Amino acid sequence: MSKRQIELEVMRYDPEKDEAPWFQNYEVPCEEDWAILDAINYVKENIDTTLSYRWSCHMMVCGSCGMMVNGEPSLTCKTFIRDLPDKVRIEPLENFPIERDLVVVLDNVMEKLQTAQPYIIRKDPPPSDDKEYTQSRAALYKFKQYTMCINCMCCYAACPQYGLDQSFIGPAALALAHRYNLDSRDQGKAQRLDILADHDGVWDCSFVGACSEVCPKSVDPAAAIQQMKIEGAKEFWKQKLSGGKS
Amino acid sequence: MSRQPYIRPMSKTTWYMRNGRYKVYMLREMTCLLVGFYSFLVIFGLAALSSAERWNAFLASQQNAAMIAFHGFALIYFLIYQTFAWFELAPKAMPLQIGEKKLSDSYIVIAHYIVWAVLSAFIFWLAGVF
Repeated sequence: MSKRQIELEVMRYDPEKDEAPWFQNYEVPCEEDWAILDAINYVKENIDTTLSYRWSCHMMVCGSCGMMVNGEPSLTCKTFIRDLPDKVRIEPLENFPIERDLVVVLDNVMEKLQTAQPYIIRKDPPPSDDKEYTQSRAALYKFKQYTMCINCMCCYAACPQYGLDQSFIGPAALALAHRYNLDSRDQGKAQRLDILADHDGVWDCSFVGACSEVCPKSVDPAAAIQQMKIEGAKEFWKQKLSGGKS
Repeated sequence: MSRQPYIRPMSKTTWYMRNGRYKVYMLREMTCLLVGFYSFLVIFGLAALSSAERWNAFLASQQNAAMIAFHGFALIYFLIYQTFAWFELAPKAMPLQIGEKKLSDSYIVIAHYIVWAVLSAFIFWLAGVF
């Protein structure tokens, strides 16, 4: 198989030496079927062992190799050399602090994922003695798409609202909340909407839609957020009309 | 080893210049300026109905090259672009599932165009166009 020479322009940042990030160029002989992650691995193994970045599965499951590829938030194991020009710029995900080189600090988003209360909340006891919740396929398909999120955080890197205001709960966490709100076994929608349809929640989203366009798993967080806005408004009026009780 | 994360701030005034996607979003959002302008125009027009003289003056104020050009631009940018942009996004906010199958987005978009055409025809009928 013939090789193709590409120039990787990689953002570097060493917190112990550098005041600001800078770019380092690497010439990489790539195989035709390589993904960008393969080229970065080649650099690490053959050219510069000091380069830091996250990756694990190389098969679009772990969600840890999200980076900016030519300015686009991308899962680098899914972004192929054959679709890119001869010079490729690799940066850490936008909107996150840089820990080192291509590694970003995700603490803020990890806290936000908990805000979504991503687990089944029940008010009533389980419907049967064996504590099994039955669910039809039609009911599963209502939310299945939102279960596909792998927390790669490309959506947060694409979201200008999160970039401008880090208190915004953001696309992945809101899509995760919506996944449980749509689950026929769950009874926690009102409880979640109290937090998520309030300040820093769905109403901070101005529907740029970039989160859905960059999502490598077609989760469509923008759709989840718009649907939650409608649900939030309905819940608000339901509570108003019932005198504050829901 | 010390942790000293580097923060890349996003410019509050020029962030939308970062990529084409943000620019398209801003073009969509800026249609609100024309909505505001038309609201004022309608209010002035309604107020002008108080007398034939004022109404004729209002009509005359619209009959010059600059206003006609503006109305033409507004028709394309506001009416057509804005409608197209929002109708395309409508299926995201109101997806429909029939049984186990999700209804194709195109049906929801086409339904919006049909409702738009019917309502427009009704308004034209009210206005005595036909």
